[in-house]
Amino acid sequence: MRLLQSVLVRLATTAVTLFGLAVIVFVVIRVVPGNPVAMMLPPGATEADVARLSALYGLDKSIFQQFLIWAGGVLQGDFGTSITARQPVLELVLGRLPATLELSIMALIIAIVIGGLAALTGTRLRGTRVEGGIDVANGVALSVPDFLWGLVLILLFGVLMPVFHISGRVTPSLELPFVTEFYLFESVVRLRFDLWSDIVAHMFMPALALAIPLSAIIGQLLKQSLKETMHLDYVTLSRTKGYGETHVILREALPNAALPTLTLVGVQFTFLIGGTVIIERLFSYEGLGNMAIDAVINRDLPLIQGIVILFAVIFTGVNLFVDMMYAALNPRLRHA
Amino acid sequence: MLDGRGAVRRRAGVRLWLSALWLGLLVGAALLAPWIAPKDPLAQDLFLGRLPPFWMAGHEPGYHLGTDSLGRDVLSRILHGARIALVVAVVAGSVTCLLGAALGLMAGYLRGWVDVVISRFIDIWMAFPPVLFSILLIAVIGPGLGSIILAIVIIDWTRFARVVRAEAMAQGAMDYVASARVAGRGRIGIMLREILPNVMPTIVVLLTLEMGIAVIVEAILSFVNLSISTDDPTWGGMIAEGRTSVHQAWWVLVFPLVTLFLTVLSFSQLGEGLKDRFDPVLR
Repeated sequence: MRLLQSVLVRLATTAVTLFGLAVIVFVVIRVVPGNPVAMMLPPGATEADVARLSALYGLDKSIFQQFLIWAGGVLQGDFGTSITARQPVLELVLGRLPATLELSIMALIIAIVIGGLAALTGTRLRGTRVEGGIDVANGVALSVPDFLWGLVLILLFGVLMPVFHISGRVTPSLELPFVTEFYLFESVVRLRFDLWSDIVAHMFMPALALAIPLSAIIGQLLKQSLKETMHLDYVTLSRTKGYGETHVILREALPNAALPTLTLVGVQFTFLIGGTVIIERLFSYEGLGNMAIDAVINRDLPLIQGIVILFAVIFTGVNLFVDMMYAALNPRLRHA
Repeated sequence: MLDGRGAVRRRAGVRLWLSALWLGLLVGAALLAPWIAPKDPLAQDLFLGRLPPFWMAGHEPGYHLGTDSLGRDVLSRILHGARIALVVAVVAGSVTCLLGAALGLMAGYLRGWVDVVISRFIDIWMAFPPVLFSILLIAVIGPGLGSIILAIVIIDWTRFARVVRAEAMAQGAMDYVASARVAGRGRIGIMLREILPNVMPTIVVLLTLEMGIAVIVEAILSFVNLSISTDDPTWGGMIAEGRTSVHQAWWVLVFPLVTLFLTVLSFSQLGEGLKDRFDPVLR
């Protein structure tokens, strides 16, 4: 009952946040200098042409009226029509979303693997030079944002040792049999491992760039909680039972130390998704973020609004999911 | 292992000094750029396009780190770019810090409706990818140095507000604040004289980190071609140019990237080092 109530409260505040965001973005982008309609007409267009097209997109009404019309449409699942692509915004955005989701999830998995291995190795070899090295590497990885890691990876693995692709999502000359936009997932389902390896070779660099800072955060925090857990009585007990150090760390300490890290991973995952905007641009990866930057440059107001709202829904959704996971996994919160 | 604290302190000391050294060099380069830069950073010479750096065959004397596709000297552009980067770091960092810390302090200590309003704004800000937000803002307010600084302030104040709010809340519950209240100090007096000094170490650390972030934001905006102008030598603009010609002339990308990398790393290590200095357990 308590849980249900807190979920409802969370949903209500989330709705307020989304509404506030929609208002702010709506007003801000309408102050943009440069008439989006004038940009899509040929140079010889008359004033009357501009006015007619403005009316078509509803841009001749007041901001308040425009917002009401837009919000009314959104509630019915209509996010308007993109000015540059002349397609429904929802269709465009949902078409790009899978690419960004696959990239983010791949990055998350890489971050958990690297960060987890770093923390476990550091704990197993604590007090040695290896631990010191891991700490220094973590510090550097954490200090430098994904944008710079992306550039470093482009130089190392795109130019010096060209083993991975640094541009696009898939080699353009390949025939794609896919019916969904989840290329990576569908290539596995169709058992097309030739396509799968091509897609991974394209995704790995941007995903790694996104993963490096997060892996450092996971590594540091997990190592810290492992350190604290290793001093607890039950761990000492299992050691006196004669279990080896590796067994003690993996089987006894890790399950208890993982919980605080898990909460943090959730919050950080939203930052990672935010990072896809510039990383997709850097690697010419055809996802939502790349589309967002183009939309801003082209002053495609309906598209900008749609993308921003979608990002906000993803962010708040991830946060909500993490809180609920935390409540479900933490017995102390469950009975509180 | 025996003296872990000493080792941590030594390591913190080393990285603190190394970062300070690099940032000092950078300040020097920025101040002296017009005199120490070997060439005019804007001078184009299409006959000297994409010259390699000095140790490679085909280099041209005087162009130590090579030239970009328009024949502009990479080293001179990096030195002049340091000016823009540092102005953005210092001005945007400080203004963001002032605004964010003030709002965080008010929300954390005054609580009530002030806290509700500020926290709601923080929530809205957190639901928005910062890179997209900054690009959007620059599109709205137009390119230019002032716009970049304004955009950073508008976006990043939450970094300070969130942390300072939490700390001010914790401090506000402590006995010394209660006794100051009993002693008759007003709310503003308590905020500025009692709580602020105790939150100051955190603010200084955050400010150092924010300066590094500001440099990156400027670079990202230059990269998507929304920063100052395509001619002005900015590290991000150089990186954008280098990214497009990375297969023909890697040095156009490498040198500004290394400079930016070391600068961001230094700001962040300076912040981490200061954090350790302020940490009473380590001291």
